Amino acid sequence: MQKITRETLIEKAKSLLADGTVTRVLGWKKGDFSYDVTPAIFTSVEQMQNDFVYSEFSGANFSKYLIKETKKEDGKVLVFLKPCDTYSFNQLLTEHRFDREKVYAVGIPCEGMLDENKIKKAVGDGILSVCCDGDAVKVETLYDGVKQLNKGDVLSERCLNCKSKKHVAYDELLGEDGEVIDSNRFDEVEKLEKMTADERFAFWQNELSRCIRCNACRDVCPACTCEKCVFDNPNSGVENKSPANSFEEKMFHIIRAFHVAGRCTDCGECSRVCPQQIPLHLLNRKFIKDINAFYGDYQAGAEVGSRAPLVNYTKEDLEPSEAVNREDK
Amino acid sequence: MQRIGVFVCWCGSNIAGTVDVQAVSDALAKEPGVVFSTNYQYMCSQAGQDMIKNAIKEHNLTGVVVCSCSPRMHEATFRKTATSAGINPYMVEIANIREQCSWIHKDMAEGTEKAIVLGRTAIAKVHLNAPLVPGESPVTKRALVIGGGIAGIQTALDIADAGFEVDIVEKKPTIGGKMAQLDKTFPTLDCAACILTPKMVDVAQHEKIRIFSYSEVEHVAGFVGNFDVTIKKKARFVKEDVCTGCGLCTEKCPQKKVPNEFNLGMDNRRAIYIPFAQAVPKVATIDADYCTMLKTGKCGVCSKVCTAKAIDYTQKDEFIEEKYGAIVVATGFNPISMDKFDEFAYSQSKDVITSLEFERLMNAAGPTAGKLVRPSDGVHPHKIVFVQCVGSRCASCAEKGKEYCSKICCMYTAKHAMLTRDKYPDTDVTVFYIDVRTPGKQFDEFYRRAVEEYGVHYIKGMVGKVSPEGNKLIVQGSDLIANKQLKIEADLVVLAAAIEPDKSARPLATMLTASMDTNDFFTEAHPKLRPVESPTAGIFLSGACQGPKDIPETVSQAGAAAAKVIGLLSKDKLTGNPCVAHSDEMMCNGCSSCEKVCPYGAITYQDKEFRGPNRTTLIRRVAQVNEAVCQGCGCCTVACPSGAMDLKGFASKQIMAEVDAICK
Repeated sequence: MQKITRETLIEKAKSLLADGTVTRVLGWKKGDFSYDVTPAIFTSVEQMQNDFVYSEFSGANFSKYLIKETKKEDGKVLVFLKPCDTYSFNQLLTEHRFDREKVYAVGIPCEGMLDENKIKKAVGDGILSVCCDGDAVKVETLYDGVKQLNKGDVLSERCLNCKSKKHVAYDELLGEDGEVIDSNRFDEVEKLEKMTADERFAFWQNELSRCIRCNACRDVCPACTCEKCVFDNPNSGVENKSPANSFEEKMFHIIRAFHVAGRCTDCGECSRVCPQQIPLHLLNRKFIKDINAFYGDYQAGAEVGSRAPLVNYTKEDLEPSEAVNREDK
Repeated sequence: MQRIGVFVCWCGSNIAGTVDVQAVSDALAKEPGVVFSTNYQYMCSQAGQDMIKNAIKEHNLTGVVVCSCSPRMHEATFRKTATSAGINPYMVEIANIREQCSWIHKDMAEGTEKAIVLGRTAIAKVHLNAPLVPGESPVTKRALVIGGGIAGIQTALDIADAGFEVDIVEKKPTIGGKMAQLDKTFPTLDCAACILTPKMVDVAQHEKIRIFSYSEVEHVAGFVGNFDVTIKKKARFVKEDVCTGCGLCTEKCPQKKVPNEFNLGMDNRRAIYIPFAQAVPKVATIDADYCTMLKTGKCGVCSKVCTAKAIDYTQKDEFIEEKYGAIVVATGFNPISMDKFDEFAYSQSKDVITSLEFERLMNAAGPTAGKLVRPSDGVHPHKIVFVQCVGSRCASCAEKGKEYCSKICCMYTAKHAMLTRDKYPDTDVTVFYIDVRTPGKQFDEFYRRAVEEYGVHYIKGMVGKVSPEGNKLIVQGSDLIANKQLKIEADLVVLAAAIEPDKSARPLATMLTASMDTNDFFTEAHPKLRPVESPTAGIFLSGACQGPKDIPETVSQAGAAAAKVIGLLSKDKLTGNPCVAHSDEMMCNGCSSCEKVCPYGAITYQDKEFRGPNRTTLIRRVAQVNEAVCQGCGCCTVACPSGAMDLKGFASKQIMAEVDAICK
C-alpha cells in the first residue's frame, strides 16, 4: 500500500489546481512549533510547499470551514478529510449548511493524532520536533536531548477511542479505507454515571470552574453553526461574554450540549481546542449514549439526510416516563 | 408600558368559596402596569362584560387580565368583549383561578395566595403581548367522506342536499357498510336493507355525490379549507362505466371456492362477484387473489360471457388527485377477532358463531336464505345460548379484549333473542349478561318485551367455558343471582363480540394528523361541546370511528358532522389562528430541524437574498411558515437550535416572563 505523505497531498492538490477542478486548498499550516498547526487556505502549490503540514498534529476538522468557503463565488475548494471529519461533513450537509457542489473532498487516512499536552507532560518544555515512526514517538527537546515515547501514551483522547477509520463522504480517496470501529468511547461516561449525584457535581464543578469562556469550543464545533449564536444574541436572555458567576459557566456548557444533542458527531474538536483542557466531549457523549439507549444506535453524520431520533417520531419511540424510570441511568 | 385592567371573577361560589377575591384584586392592583383592578360575581355575564368594556374606555386600557375559569371556557367570550371595546382580542389573558386553583384547594389562604401568583403570571405575559391579526385562506367547496357505511352515506347526503359537492371513498366494492349485513334493526325491528338501500340509491343518483368504490385514501396534504387528497382506485378489472351489473359473469365464473366475506365466510362466492343484490355501484369486481385468468393467464370465462364487454384484465390501480375543503372520517367498526377467546370454542365448533354471523343466518339474503339452522349440519337449533360482553368491558384482560363497553350488544342480543323466539317458538333462548344496558328511546321497553313477552331467559353471569360434545355444545356458566354454577346443553352459541375501530383508521389518522385514543377511536375536539369535530381543523367525525354507536346515534352524529361541514364550506374565506410560528430569518440557519418535527407540514424552505457586508448579496436557505397550515403547537420552537422559531402569542420570552412571575 502506498504511504500517504505530505508530498502525496501536495501532488494531489497540484494536479487539481492545475486542471482547474479547484481554485484553492483548505489544509493545515505550520505554526511556530511543530505541534502548533492551524487551518489555512492555500491558493498555490508554492504556498503549500512552504507552509503545508500533514503530521500527527493535523487534527483540525475542516468541515465547518466549508460554510464560509462555499459562500465564495470563486470555484471549488479542495478539502482534506480524515475519517472522523467526514461525519461532520455529512451532518452539515444534512443541515443544508454548505454547498456540496463547491467542494472537492479528498479522503485521507488517519493513524491517530497526538496530544501535545500529553507530550509536554512526559518530556517537559522546549519541544523542538516530534517525529512519529510506527508506535515510536521521538521527541527532540531543547533542554533534555531526544526522548522516546510510546505513541499509545500520547495519543489524543478521541483517537484512543477512535470510532471509525471509514470515510463516509469523499469525492476521491487516497490510501485504503478502514472500518467503523467498535470503540470503548462510552467507558468514561459510564464511570460518570456510576458516581453519586454529589460526586458527579463535584467532578463537573472542578472541570468547568477552569472555563475562561473563550468560546473556542463553540467556535470550533461543527454542530455550532447558527447564524447568530444564542450566547451572542441579546434577545435570547442567555447572552453573555464572560463567566459572571459559577452558575453561568456551568450553564454555558450544558446549554451548548443540549443545542448539539442529536447532531454532535463526537469529533472531539471541543476538547482538542480547549485551552483549559476541560473534557467537554464527555457531555456530548453522555447525550449520544442516552440517545442510543432510548432510540437505538444512531451515529450523526453517518449518512446525509438521515432523520436524527430527536427530530423524528416513530411508533417505537419510548415514552418520557420510560426514560425517567429506567434503571440504567 | 401597558395599561392593564384586572378583573377577578367569583364564579358564584366556585371561585369565591376558596379564594378571597377581594384580596386578589387588591394585591394585583399593586402590580406594575395595572391601572384598574376589580372583582365581580359573574364576569362572563352581560353586566360583567360591560364592566370590562367600560373600564377599557374609562382607563384607556391596553391589556386585560381576567382571573376566572379555564380559557377553554371563556377566553373567546372575553376576547370578543375586548374587541367590542376597541382593543385587540389577543391583548386579553386569562388566569385560570378556578380549575387550577379554587377547585383543587380547600384552604382559603392557600387558594388566595395561588390565585394572586396566577394573576401576576398573566399580567407578566400581557406586558409582552402584541396585537395579533389572523390571516385568511380560501375554501374549496367540496367535501370528502371516507367510508361508505350508514355514517358516510348520511353525512354525504346531508352535505350534498345543502348544495355542496361530496365524494365518498369506500374501500369495499360497494357502499352500505355493516348496516347492509344486518337483518332487522332495533328497537323497531324494521329490515335494515329496506331502510338502507333507498339511501344508497339516493347517494348513487345524487348529482352532487361521486362514489369512489373499491378505493382508498392514499395521501393527504394541506389544511382546513384546502386539502389535497390522493385517492387510490384499486383495479377491479371491470370497467365501471360499462358494466351493467347483470351478474351473468358471477354465475359463470368457474372459480367457485372463494369465501364470501359479505356472509362472513359462511358460504362461497365466485372470483368475480357483486357483494349483494342491492350493491351500489352495481358493478362486478374481480378478486385478483382467486381469479385464474389473472393468476395463470388461462380462463377468461367472464370476459366471454360479458355482453357489455366490461372485463379488462389489464386494468391498473388508478390515482386520482382532488381538492377538498373538509374531510369527514366515517371508517366505522369491526367485531374483534375471536382468536384469543378460545374458551368459547369459536375455532373448534362451527356452531359457535358471532352475532354478526347470526345476523347473516337470519337474513333472507344470507347463506341459508333466512332459515335459522346450525352451520355444522343444517339442523334447526332448539337451544341457543347468547353470551354478552365477549371482549367488551375487559378491564382485567385488556390484552385479549377491550376495556370499553361496545354499547350495541345488549340491544342486538335482545333483538336476536326476540326474533328467534318470534320465528321459532320451539327454540329456547338463554342470554348470559354482566349488566343489561338499555338507555335510549324505546330501548328498555324493547328489552323488557324480550324477557316478558317472548320468554327469553336472562341469566346474570359470565360463561366460563363452551365445549363441543358430540353434536351439542356444553355451556358452563355462573348464575350470580341464584349463586350457582350452570351447565347448559346448547345447539348453537352466539357470541356478542366487542367492536373495534376499522384497522384502516390508525394509518388514516396519521395521514390526517387527527388524534386517536389508545383504543384507536378518533378523538373529538371536545368530548361534550365539540363531539363531531377532530382537534385537527377541517377533519370531522361521523359514526363508530369516534366510539361505539348504534344506528340512530350514528345517523344523528352523521347529520351533525354534515352540519359542521356545511358551516365550513358555506364560508368563502377562513380566518386562521394568529398564534402561529414564525421564523426570524436573520437567525434561521435553514437546518431543517423545524421542518422535520412539524406534524402539519407547515414549514418549507426558501433560498432568499440577504444583504451581506460591503454591499454584497448573500443567498441563504430560510424557513417559511405557512400560517394557514400551522396549528401553533410549538414543536418547531423547541427543535430550532438557534432560537429563530418562535410562536406568536406564546413567545419564549412571554413564557419565561410567566415562569419568572411564578418564581418571584
